[in-house]
Amino acid sequence: MTTSRYAVLAEGLRKRYGETRALDGFDLAVPHGMVYGLLGPNGAGKTTAVRILSTLVRPDGGRAEVAGYDVARQPRIVRRRIGLAGQHAAVDEILTGRQNLKMFGRLFHLGAKRAARRADELLEQFDLAEAADKGVKEYSGGMRRRLDLAASMLLAPQVLFMDEPTTGLDPRGRNEVWEAIRSLVAGGTTVLLTTQYLDEADQLAGRIAVMDAGRVIADDSPAALKDTIGGDQIEVIVQDAADIPGARKAIARVSAVEPTADDENRRVHAPVTDRVAALTEVARTLQDGGIAVEDIGLRRPTLDDVFLRLTGARAEARPNRPDTKETATA
Amino acid sequence: MSALTTPSASDLLEPDRERRLYWAMADCWTVVRRGLTHLIRQPANIAWQLGFPIVSVLLFGYVFGSAMTVPGGGDYREFLMPGMFGMTMAFGFMNTAYLVVLDGTKGVIDRFRSMPMAPSAVVTGRGVSDLIGATLDLAVLAAAALVVGWRSDGGPVATAAAFGLLLLLRFALIWIGVLVGLMVPNEEAAGNLFAVAFPFAMISSAFVAPSLMPGWLGTIAAWNPVSSTVTATRELFGNPVATGGTWIEGHAMLMAVVWPLVITAVFLPLAVRRFQRLSR
Repeated sequence: MTTSRYAVLAEGLRKRYGETRALDGFDLAVPHGMVYGLLGPNGAGKTTAVRILSTLVRPDGGRAEVAGYDVARQPRIVRRRIGLAGQHAAVDEILTGRQNLKMFGRLFHLGAKRAARRADELLEQFDLAEAADKGVKEYSGGMRRRLDLAASMLLAPQVLFMDEPTTGLDPRGRNEVWEAIRSLVAGGTTVLLTTQYLDEADQLAGRIAVMDAGRVIADDSPAALKDTIGGDQIEVIVQDAADIPGARKAIARVSAVEPTADDENRRVHAPVTDRVAALTEVARTLQDGGIAVEDIGLRRPTLDDVFLRLTGARAEARPNRPDTKETATA
Repeated sequence: MSALTTPSASDLLEPDRERRLYWAMADCWTVVRRGLTHLIRQPANIAWQLGFPIVSVLLFGYVFGSAMTVPGGGDYREFLMPGMFGMTMAFGFMNTAYLVVLDGTKGVIDRFRSMPMAPSAVVTGRGVSDLIGATLDLAVLAAAALVVGWRSDGGPVATAAAFGLLLLLRFALIWIGVLVGLMVPNEEAAGNLFAVAFPFAMISSAFVAPSLMPGWLGTIAAWNPVSSTVTATRELFGNPVATGGTWIEGHAMLMAVVWPLVITAVFLPLAVRRFQRLSR
């Protein structure tokens, strides 16, 4: 029925909380059937964006369509087409997994029989069939998350919003959730996923929007985004701050980009392409130069690197720009 | 799966008023069933919840009881039990608040609000479950009261009316509980509500006749809505009443209806408004 080209379309969304602009001209266009990553540090406005798009919060300005319907004017219709997995596993701890899904199914107006059948399907799909009749209290973090995902999938939504779905999970739980997301997308669901981890966005998303201070500052494929950052990083921590220039020189030989030095932590790093060769080369140069090294290694680029590159500032949880134009009275 | 995803023509319309009313009730019932399942899955909770009033019965009835006098005469334990019922209802708003806070911090309220269910059911479902819980509380407490020798001499109609008034008070306090639950940031803060609930329940006629308190405190106690309900139920149960002859005490039956209605009239709209403002 929907003719919209995009599963999610946001134009100039604005939202202010007191003096801070949580969203300040937020634009986004998510095509159907893909995982779209919304990447940014704490306070960038990711959660506010998801809350507006999932009809929980009304924007102060701008407009948004989800599955072809306006979130502010047709929230009920939108709600029948979306699923939401927030930052907490929003399930009832006292009920069993099955009781949770049946309850939410009824509240999605599936009717008792269909709700029960759908609960069985989802418990199977999310590998919870064995634990179905245990209280959620006894579930692990990953299991709770999977149950939460299952609850947001009751209506097989066209668009699924996931706000930092793996925060607080151990690596195993994280992998479980990633697997679940991949299988959902294989089934045709569009997923908008927020995360603080470049790695996670890279693993899952077909496209990534980077957020800072309430707006999207970059929007690209993961590969292109990593190209702008410069891929993997070589990192050296010297024992003596006096050796920082020497370490810079050593790293400069293997990197196309001028190395970045962090004097405070005696840390020098730069992007490299041929990881192993670069590591060997730098280690030898440092040894030949008699530079005492505390640590040397390769690491994947982080959100910090993205931000350094895109904004020149680090991805700390900085408060949003205070509103300077008018004093907030709301 | 395809049957679920294919939108039907009716999906595109906002539901009409009758269907909305139907779903408002159906969704409320689903949320109530959740509350009942909680009761079934953790029956120990009722015991904990009733621990305080039952311990109070023992403390006040037997430990302090011998030193307590009821103005105008009468058995103190007979006087005390309606007070216990009233106190349990008064403390009830903390349960409501706590459960609302829990749903809020766990994101369950957000999940409900992102679903096509009737938004009102989030609040009405809570209210109805809490009333059912309060009825159970009263049943257990009344059984305990019978064991320690309390009796209702009012006949079945008056006895039922007395329990009705107690539930009416609990009903009114649901809205304070919902409002507070939506305002309080976390569970720890909800626990601190006890500091408010305790004097609210104690500075009343529940344990001691207000006429025995210092003048100003007695006035506060007499005008406490809990007192009107407690005094009215004492009259209905035929238990010792011990009023000081003030207007408010003389019109306990009237005020036991008026207070809850006033509280509801004030706090129900506030709670609903607070709920709607979640989308701000």
